Amino acid sequence: MSGLFPFHGGLKTVRHKTESNQQPIRWSALPHRLTVPLRQHIGAIAKPLARAGERVLKGQMIGQPDGYISAAIHAPTSGKVIAVEQQPVPHPSGLPDWCVVIESDGEERWVERQAVDYRRLHPSEVRNRLRSAGVVGLGGAAFPSAVKLNPSGHAEALETLILNGAECEPWITCDDRIMRERAAEIIAGLHVIAHLLEPREVLIGIEDDKPEAIAAMVAACAGTGFAVRPVPTRYPSGSVKQLVKLLTAKETPVDGLPVDVGVQCFNVGTAYTIYRAIEFGEPVISRTVTITGHVNQPQNLEVLLGTPFSELIAQSGGYRDGVERLIMGGPMMGFAVHDDGVPVTKATNCLLAASAAELAPLRPVMPCIRCGACVDACPANLLPQQLYWHARAKEFDKAQDYHLFSCIECGCCSYVCPSHLPLVQYYRYAKNEIWAQEKEKQKAELARQRHQARLERLEREKQERDAKLRQKAPASRAVAVENPPNEAVAAHSAKAAPPAPEPATETGQRSD
Amino acid sequence: MHFKTLTSPHVLGETSVGQVMRRVLYAMVPGATALIWFFGWGVLVNLAVATVVALMAEAAMLAVRNKPIATHLADYSAVVTAWLLAVALPPLAPWWMTVIGVLSAIVVAKHLYGGLGYNPFNPAMIGYVVLLISFPREMSSWLIPQGIGQAHALSLIETLQAIFNGLLPDRLAADALTGATPLDALRTQLGLGLAVADIRNSPVFGIVAGSGWEWAASGFLAGGLWLIYTRVAAWQIPAGLLSGLAVISTIFYLIDPQRYAPPWFHLWSGAAIFGAFFIATDPVTASTTPRGRLLYGAGVGVLTYIIRSFGGYPDGVAFAVLLMNIAAPTIDLYTQPKVFGARRG
Repeated sequence: MSGLFPFHGGLKTVRHKTESNQQPIRWSALPHRLTVPLRQHIGAIAKPLARAGERVLKGQMIGQPDGYISAAIHAPTSGKVIAVEQQPVPHPSGLPDWCVVIESDGEERWVERQAVDYRRLHPSEVRNRLRSAGVVGLGGAAFPSAVKLNPSGHAEALETLILNGAECEPWITCDDRIMRERAAEIIAGLHVIAHLLEPREVLIGIEDDKPEAIAAMVAACAGTGFAVRPVPTRYPSGSVKQLVKLLTAKETPVDGLPVDVGVQCFNVGTAYTIYRAIEFGEPVISRTVTITGHVNQPQNLEVLLGTPFSELIAQSGGYRDGVERLIMGGPMMGFAVHDDGVPVTKATNCLLAASAAELAPLRPVMPCIRCGACVDACPANLLPQQLYWHARAKEFDKAQDYHLFSCIECGCCSYVCPSHLPLVQYYRYAKNEIWAQEKEKQKAELARQRHQARLERLEREKQERDAKLRQKAPASRAVAVENPPNEAVAAHSAKAAPPAPEPATETGQRSD
Repeated sequence: MHFKTLTSPHVLGETSVGQVMRRVLYAMVPGATALIWFFGWGVLVNLAVATVVALMAEAAMLAVRNKPIATHLADYSAVVTAWLLAVALPPLAPWWMTVIGVLSAIVVAKHLYGGLGYNPFNPAMIGYVVLLISFPREMSSWLIPQGIGQAHALSLIETLQAIFNGLLPDRLAADALTGATPLDALRTQLGLGLAVADIRNSPVFGIVAGSGWEWAASGFLAGGLWLIYTRVAAWQIPAGLLSGLAVISTIFYLIDPQRYAPPWFHLWSGAAIFGAFFIATDPVTASTTPRGRLLYGAGVGVLTYIIRSFGGYPDGVAFAVLLMNIAAPTIDLYTQPKVFGARRG
């Protein structure tokens, strides 16, 4: 099983890797102020542990995971918390979110760190350490890693563990650089993952436009039994489901996860942070970020989380003239931020300053000519033009019949469309509309259930009262003569009182 | 600093509708050149007249429909329609026939059905069929292929005279110039009880099919293969069409080689190759799923053979394409590809 199993579709895109992958990773300068979002991951927002005015140490937990799918947040440097408040964050919605704002004291005083020998700990203890170290997937999705490292709940043993170093998006080179420079540490982290998941085989997928990274990883893998698998440079080979197909021939079910077919996948950067967390007791307080595009010195920086984008741009020689868009992530799937004052989070792998030269020129949108170029390009094997027709006509149920939710929004269809239709935008719109409708439906269903419950409760109370009355009546007739008016008033007021307060508050909270 | 926020993807490929259509035009050059060589200046005049009329009709319809005229004229789709129709017309067809054909294609079949991307039927074939039904005699009188430099050939001036004034030079009688197409000849003489082998000895036939015709077909084959190489045309449609035609003609040929022409004759005759790569591949009106395109192509191939062999018209590609246009949406519905990760079966 050493062959590759190409996925359908995909693209040869522009690459633009050499702009930023020539120099080693440098540490970015310590900023005066760090704005650390409490939600840097998929799942519930972390509970703030620090208050304004409090002093914190580097690596001190300032946000506690809230629930199973959540992650801890730590102070990236020592200093004073000056506020816990809503601040602009890098999110496609443009909405602010809760952040801990820290003024650094420049001393970089660490909290007490403790290295552990993971082989001697119970697996659940290792997972807990990673969870409280705030380890999440650094490939961009930022899913809490501890959840993926728990093999219980999956009946069958894990077949394949995949380390994702494909880095298929144009311009981004942070994974390339860390594989070149930190291969041994990444492999050490991979050992921890393999120890927890006990897979039958461990494969490392890297696109073949990164020969230096491949060489470094091959050298680091010597004697481990882990196999480096160079994969053809074809976007989106780094997308999880596509990489799993490419390396194992297994197709992840439409509404399932790779683990459903016995595969689990981690990003190379995640493996590195796992290594730091176990060997040094260091939580995730920094990550490697590619700063590239229309800046004077494109490069990779190791950046403290919470550092504003603008400082990284300044350290990269500043913008060149004519920057029109600042993109977090790659040009295919990244999103444009409105303001460069927002902070780096665990999901920030790249800042791409884009001028007209890097961007697609605005060209007139023509009608779809049904050429089917999108069908040939779609890595999810969808019929993008049918989805487009239905999304445009607001026939959302038909769009779902054509598997709208299998769309990974990779952008291949838009890239090849000769009519320049903003196809992905139509799919996002349709998905959002469907989600909104579902939410409405759930709300209506909840209201219906509540109404039903209320009617039942009133009926029950009435019967209980009647029963009580019947019991009391023969026993103490004399008292009853005095009491009925009171009881009648009580019964009356119970009916008139607003229905129990619990439903109203719940509705308010559910609408997030 | 503040920036524009537009959604991903932020980079796009270099392709455009205009580029796709221009490539179709380039790909027609070898075949059209062969036609001009063997059938004279008339082919070129038809191409020119059709192009001018198509652009004027397109501009007028865009103006009526309130669409950006310059943008849509630059997509070259009207020129493609004009060329597809023009090379299908008899080289000395009177100018007004070309005009009627082009107007039927652009005004009725394209714009009245919603314009680029919305027309259910192939516009060029609608134009062709309107002419074929309305003027059957003119549409079936083709020139005898003889090449531009040869004794009987018409000069450019004489060609213009013939097309615009209906006048032929005194030195030539109409009979000396025009004759039946090879497919027509085959049909007529089969009707007279002759065997295929004997008919094939007539001078209208060349190495595998009609003399001259086979060169034009080869030119269109070369251009068509380039279209597939550049991914302008989907390979499934020509593959389906040619194999559909080959399979059914082989079956009949094996049953009775005296009454049915061999498969290579069918493949290289009439509009089979031209239709396979240039007509049936019109993306707007064809099937769009990979398997659907194979089926669609095969359907055109089989229908072409049936109409050629048993119908009333010498060639069946135009009717076959239009019939399959009707079927395309249904084919698409039942040939959806298996979505990534969907259960098989």
